[in-house]
Order: sequence, then C-alpha cells, then structure tokens
Amino acid sequence: MANQTVTVEPAAPPRLAGGRRLRTPIGVRSARGGLRLLTYLVLLFGSFVYAIPFLWMIRTSFMRLDKLFEDPPQIWPDPFIFQNYVDMWETGPFANWIVNSVYLVLLGMAGQTLISILVAFGFARTQFPGRNQLFILILATMMLPGHVTIVPKFVMFKQLGWLDSIWPVAVPDLFGSAFYIFILRQFFMTLPLELDEAAEIDGANLLQVLMRVIIPLSKPAVATVAVFNFIGKWNEFFEPFVFIQTPEKLTLAVGIRWFRTQYGTEFQMLMAASIVSVAPVTVEIYFAQKQFVRGIALTGIKS
Amino acid sequence: MGVTGVAGPPTGIKQARRNAFGWTWKETQGFLFVLPWLVGFVLFTAGPFFFSFFLSFTSWRLVGEIKWLGLENYVSLISGDDTRFVQSVYNTVYYVVFHVPGVLILSFAIAGLLNRKVKAMAFYRTAFYLPSITAGVATAVLWYWVLQPEGLLNNFLNVFLKPLGVAGPNWLGSTTWAMPGLIIMSFWTVGTTMILYLAGFQGIPQHLYEAAEIDGAGWLGKVRNVTLPMMTPTIFLTLVLGIIGSFQVFTAALIVTEGGPADATLFLLLYLYWNGFRFFKMGYASAIAWILFAIILFMTVVQFAVAKRWVYYEGERSAR
Repeated sequence: MANQTVTVEPAAPPRLAGGRRLRTPIGVRSARGGLRLLTYLVLLFGSFVYAIPFLWMIRTSFMRLDKLFEDPPQIWPDPFIFQNYVDMWETGPFANWIVNSVYLVLLGMAGQTLISILVAFGFARTQFPGRNQLFILILATMMLPGHVTIVPKFVMFKQLGWLDSIWPVAVPDLFGSAFYIFILRQFFMTLPLELDEAAEIDGANLLQVLMRVIIPLSKPAVATVAVFNFIGKWNEFFEPFVFIQTPEKLTLAVGIRWFRTQYGTEFQMLMAASIVSVAPVTVEIYFAQKQFVRGIALTGIKS
Repeated sequence: MGVTGVAGPPTGIKQARRNAFGWTWKETQGFLFVLPWLVGFVLFTAGPFFFSFFLSFTSWRLVGEIKWLGLENYVSLISGDDTRFVQSVYNTVYYVVFHVPGVLILSFAIAGLLNRKVKAMAFYRTAFYLPSITAGVATAVLWYWVLQPEGLLNNFLNVFLKPLGVAGPNWLGSTTWAMPGLIIMSFWTVGTTMILYLAGFQGIPQHLYEAAEIDGAGWLGKVRNVTLPMMTPTIFLTLVLGIIGSFQVFTAALIVTEGGPADATLFLLLYLYWNGFRFFKMGYASAIAWILFAIILFMTVVQFAVAKRWVYYEGERSAR
C-alpha cells in the first residue's frame, strides 16, 4: 500500500466554470509540504516512543541474566543468546499454556463469532414480537461491567464442578457476545432488504439467506469481529485468572505471570514468554489492519 | 414451544400457521435466531446479576450457611468505616480522571496523523496498535521494569533532569509516584481508541472538506468546523466505553504494584478481588461490586443526558 499514496491533497482542485483548473497558490502548496514533513516527523518520533518498550523487550529476551542491569545499559545484547527461550520452554508448562490458549481461542471464535452472526441476523433481518426490547437489553448489557457478576459466577461454576478448568471461560461464549452482536447487526442493517426478498422468492429459507446473501456481503464486518474475538480470547486475563488455579491448566496470557511468582522475577524469561505471546496477534494485525479499520468504519460503530 | 418444531409446512399455509404464542412460523424462526443469546443472557448475566444483588446483603464465606445482614455491608462501605475501601474509591477516581482524557486526546491526535495519506502506514498503525493487543500481563511485566528507578523511563527522563540536578523518581516505590506511573503506563495502550477514531475519520464525507476549502477554511477551520463536529459521536462512544473500562482497571495494579505501596494503587476491582477470592468474603465483595456498578451506571446515565448538548448525529439533522 505504500506505493499508491503519493499526495496528501484530499481531492482534485475545484474546477472553474470553463473547465479550467483552479491553480493551487504556491504558498499553499509549500505550506502543505511543510505540514506533510511535520506529519512524518511526529509520526516517526511517536511510533518510535511507542515501539521502544517493545524493542527493549526483544533485546532483553536475548540477553544473559547478569548483563541485564549494567550501567550504561547495553543497546545490543552481548553475548546474543537464545538460551532464554529454551529455559522458558523447560521451566514452565509452556506447551500446555499454548495448547490451552489455542483451544480457548478456537472455542471462543466458534461460539462467539458464529453465534453472534446468527443472533445479529435475527435482530437485523427478521420480525418478531419483542425484538426491539430485546435489542435494547443487548445495548444495556454492553454497559454492564462484567466484573460485577464475578462472585456469583464463581459460586455457580463451583457448584457445577467446573472450577479449575477451561469451561467457565469458554462455555458462556457459546451464547454470543453483546458487543459482537451489536457490531454485526449494525452492518447487516445497511444491506438492502430487497436482497433477502429476492432470495426468498427464489425459495431460500432464512438460514440460506444468511449463508448465501448476508455473510458474503458482510466480509469486512465478520472479519473485524473475528479479529477482535481472536485477540480478546488470546489475551483474556481476569476470568481465567479467577477460575483456574492449576499451572498446567492456565492459558498463556495468565501463565506468563507464573514466571514472576515462581522464580523471583526472571526478566529475561518473562520477556521471551511475552514475545511468544505477542507474536501471533502482531502478525495478524499487521496484515489485517487495513481491512480492520475499514470494517469498523463500515459497521457504523459510532452511532 | 413444542409447535415451533414443525418442520417446514407447505409454502401455502406457512403464513397462516401460528404457534402457541400466536406467532407465525417466520416470527418463530426470527426468535429462534436470537434465542441462543437470550439463554446465555439469563444463565450468565441476569441470573448472576440478581444473585450478586442478594449476596450483597449477606455474609457468606463460600462454605457454610448464608447469613442475612440487611444493609450492614453497604453501611460499613459507604459510612467510611472501611478506610481501605475509601482509599480504593479515591485511587480509582484519580486514575480515571487522568487516564480517560489523556487517552482520548492522545489517540485522537495519533489517529488524525494516521488518517493522512503517508507512506509506510501499516508500519505506524502497527506500532501504535501493538501495545493494545499485547496481553495485559506482558504489558504489566514490561512496565514493571520500565518504571524501575534505573528503568527505561528514568533513563529517558534523566537526559533532561540531570542538568537540573534531580533524578527521575522511584516510580513504584513511592506513594506519590506509583499512581502517575500507572497512568503513564496506561497511555501506552491507546490503540483501541485510536482505531475507533481512525474509523470515525474515514466515515467523514470528503465533500464536507471540499466545501469548507471552497469557503476558504484553513487547516484549523476544517478541524474545528468539520472534523470535530463530525467526530462527536465517536468521541462520545470512546468516552462512555473509556470510563466504563477504566473504573475496572485491574491487571496493571495486580501485576505491577500489587496495590501498593501502602495501598497507593489499590483500585476498586482489586479490593473486590481480594475480598472475594483472598478473604472469601463473598457478601462483602458483592456489595463492593454493586457500588462499582452504581458508580458506572451513574456516570453513563449522566453522559447520555449531557450528550444531547454536544453530540452531533447526522441522521437527526436530515430528519428535521
């Protein structure tokens, strides 16, 4: 995308009545050039400031423990070692955490994204008594802080014998999520109803309308929700933290913490573990960011 | 509900058939689409919600009998007898007051820059967004280190402070600086708000800018008369979500400071967590949850009430 963006001018200069182009005055042009240069400088500096803690994290993950607290600090690790990643893998139940996290993400996406699509379709494209009242209820749940119910949920899952497993975190997802339902519903609303009617005349039932008409036209919104969902589940902290105790059953996002409590603070291992945890979402965001922003813009989240 | 199970009656009488509630087959289908959410809502939101309200009037240690206390939990919380609770409310408000405006302004500015057509956009967006998609624990551990007396932040600050003869503070070890430290840390994760603004900017029709340009508006004029009014719905959304989210700040304090030093970063949710899952005072923790909920609800309602004065919805204007 870098090569197609050459100019900052928002649109072609307005034309005069005779079709002649209105000339941009020289002063305005150079002022624009100055503004553009300033934009680059601020962006470069800003992204540098935001990236530094990360670069520091990467650096530390390749450093030997005894070199960590040198003054002045080493910019480039010397010696440059990979041992921390090996240690990290061997000291904690790291493989378990990754498997658990992947499991949670897959369950979460299967539940939240898919079910939210169904529910959003119901709200956007069908009529039934009480529909609007239920939708207001969805909006209200979005405002409800999830932590208010943590105590009764803990009690409930204890009664069910689900504590210290992935179920208290995964099962509630199988019923959709208010926020994703909202995003998808807003997007589905923007598609013309004639599409559904045409498909129904052709003999499609509601499920077929959803699968063959609505979903193919809603790819940006569905992709946005899927990305949100992936990141949300991968990084979920509070609920797994409260509901799961056994180290082997933790997810990666919670497990990282274990390095600190168990071994004092082994920064170099913590940093290595953090990098492993950040890597998948980084790759995803780098490639998805354009789709992602467009998806949010299209879904009209703001209203 | 048994009637809903009738599998596809012939097309001709589809509309005529009605189930026990007097709904047509089509309405029933629509309801069935929504049903999964409704079941989940009852089981995992509404049910626990009311149970937590009940628990907040009791004393219960998770085992043994539930003892009815009436308003006792609330009285000891609101009367100020529990000084740690008062401290946690103060700390949370302190955090919200600085965190929310800071994040809103920062992310607005960054999104504004990123909305310009610049080269290597994917790189900048990723750099600013990355911290927000990093697992909270990883962020917290990283900043635990950044905020050490000889950490990255002080390395940077000392460049300016050394000539003045002072050194950067011991962020996490001082009751004065621990909270500012956590707030600075929170400014690192502006990405989600930034993405919402970026999407908002892209939703502003270009012709408005062209019209403003023809009217002779400069950069500032365009920002004031086009960008800001058109962005008010997004600003409102981020303000509401930001306040709801920041009242529930938890991971940062749990990992970085563990509420310390001397309760200087003890947040409401952390205190709730300790009461519930460390001291096993389920009733008391529920009462704290309800006060937290009441505060958040109050803030949200106030914002919606005030919103009519400053939030501009295009749909409303054209309807007039």
